[in-house]
Amino acid sequence: MTATLTAPTATRGLVEITGVRKSFGPTEVLKGVSLTVEPGGVAVIVGPSGSGKSTLLRTINHLEKVDGGHITIDGKLVGYAVRGDRLHELREKEILKQRTEIGMVFQNFNLFPHLTALENVAEAPVVAQGRSKAEARRRGLELLDRVGLKDRAGAYPRQLSGGQQQRVAIARALALDPKILLFDEPTSALDPELVNEVLDVIRELATSGTTLIIVTHEMGFARDVADTVVFMDQGQVVEQGTPQDIFGNPREPRTRSFLSKVLEPAFNI
Amino acid sequence: MSSATRVAQSQREQPVPAAEAPPTGTAGSGAGGSGTQALPAAPQPRQARDYSSYRVVAAKHPWRWVGTAVVALGVLAVAWSLATNPRWEWGVVAQWFTAQSVVNGLVETLKLTAISGVLGFALGFILALMRLSASPLLVSVSWTFSWIFRSTPLLVQMLLWYNLGYLYEKISLGIPFTDVRFFEVQTTTLISQFAAAVLGLTLNQAAYSAEIIRGGILSVDQGQLEAAAALGIPAWRRSTRIVLPQAMRAILPTAFNEIIGLVKGTSIVYVLAYSELFYTVQVIYNRTQQVLPLLLVATLWYIVITSVLSVFQYYIERHYSKGAVRNLPLTPLQKARKFFATHAAVPNRRNL
Repeated sequence: MTATLTAPTATRGLVEITGVRKSFGPTEVLKGVSLTVEPGGVAVIVGPSGSGKSTLLRTINHLEKVDGGHITIDGKLVGYAVRGDRLHELREKEILKQRTEIGMVFQNFNLFPHLTALENVAEAPVVAQGRSKAEARRRGLELLDRVGLKDRAGAYPRQLSGGQQQRVAIARALALDPKILLFDEPTSALDPELVNEVLDVIRELATSGTTLIIVTHEMGFARDVADTVVFMDQGQVVEQGTPQDIFGNPREPRTRSFLSKVLEPAFNI
Repeated sequence: MSSATRVAQSQREQPVPAAEAPPTGTAGSGAGGSGTQALPAAPQPRQARDYSSYRVVAAKHPWRWVGTAVVALGVLAVAWSLATNPRWEWGVVAQWFTAQSVVNGLVETLKLTAISGVLGFALGFILALMRLSASPLLVSVSWTFSWIFRSTPLLVQMLLWYNLGYLYEKISLGIPFTDVRFFEVQTTTLISQFAAAVLGLTLNQAAYSAEIIRGGILSVDQGQLEAAAALGIPAWRRSTRIVLPQAMRAILPTAFNEIIGLVKGTSIVYVLAYSELFYTVQVIYNRTQQVLPLLLVATLWYIVITSVLSVFQYYIERHYSKGAVRNLPLTPLQKARKFFATHAAVPNRRNL
């Protein structure tokens, strides 16, 4: 954690979320959420299911369009261009370009099953960033090595364990050299004994100067790695602060009641 | 009733511990499940018995052999009657099988299948994308196309295209609602028998293949598209590189059904007096009166085509199952090679 705060290269990847609203049909899942994550910071979002955590994450790379409010990355609006006093919706191509600066890791990995681990990692740099195939492969192998899977580069996702698949997915997100990495419950679909191999990789990323925004239910990990913990409930940010504040001395009764439910079993281990 | 069976069971199992064979006895009744109830009277420590020196006797399946014999007899009877009944006229079949006119007809059939198959599936792919697009107009145009062409008999479509000249004497290309014409032609010269056949088969095929392709695309997990979008992969590349290869697994079996159907479906163009395989044999048997043998000639050719297509299907499906199964099964060819390799290697090993 201290390493993150002193990371010297963190000059990009400032995320500012201001009053974001989002509804699905009649249910409003985000009710005016505001949140700032400093460049190179590690924000962990916790909260009960249905609190809007994942939706918030998906608005950051414009997988969900917001109904109100706005999100900027290094001062640039996500999904819109400012011309005069109007916001113009970006076209598909420009949105895709913005997304290459934001990596995302999904709960269900979403690796492409018909491509090998290396092909999964090397696909986007070629088609989205116009790098050469040889360079993308070389960099892909480097990244697979970094997540400890260099020897499985030729394996198809179904030939890998859940933990290995998620590590490939992380390598795939890193391949675009993103400023920001979004993790949507990266360990929720894993068997308990595979959780740590994935968390170790994320822990290492936390010191790399990339901004990380992580939705997770792993409280021990959150305490360990976060410099900001955000507690969300019913579409709102209830409380945010350092891990010591949130876990040790929560101010809001809703935070306290949530933590009392999720922390007990963790300490019994 | 259940209590009666329970009594019967316990009576049957009572003698087991008394039978003076504790290890085998427990193994036998343990498999039955209820045997443990009879045993707790003697909780002595079990001795592990070593079965490694025992010979394994394979289970016997007498009824399987009976079934095999009955079916074999039936197959033999059919083969025997095919070979010995003179009315099949195999000599006539052999004589016409490779006759020039029949081979010409075969070539026409293959040509029609290939052209309308390729065009039909290409158009079907476009129709499927239209149907899945966000534009209500494209969706309804695609839907209407499938609706019309799937609800009219192919025979009617075929005759309609052939008689298009009756409905529209001239076909021209120009700017609608003006007198500007770039190009104008008599319909009857444009729509030959071949053109009518290809048009009819293609449009009909497109209507069906659109649904097959759409089904395949829908079978791919939404998360795949999301992941690709999050990686900034462009839309066209998402379709062709990510979604379509995965959709192919669902598309291929049905698509090959369609193509095999199309091979035989081409026989319907006999209504246009187009000399493909089926029309050709009809012409011949009307002259020679050898109806059955000549139908057999056509049938055998259709079987040959279907067989070749099935081999293609096997290998193409195998290609697209990469990554979908943990390990690809061996092809028949690889199996044969492995069989000969291992059997040839045995004497060598003995020599060593």
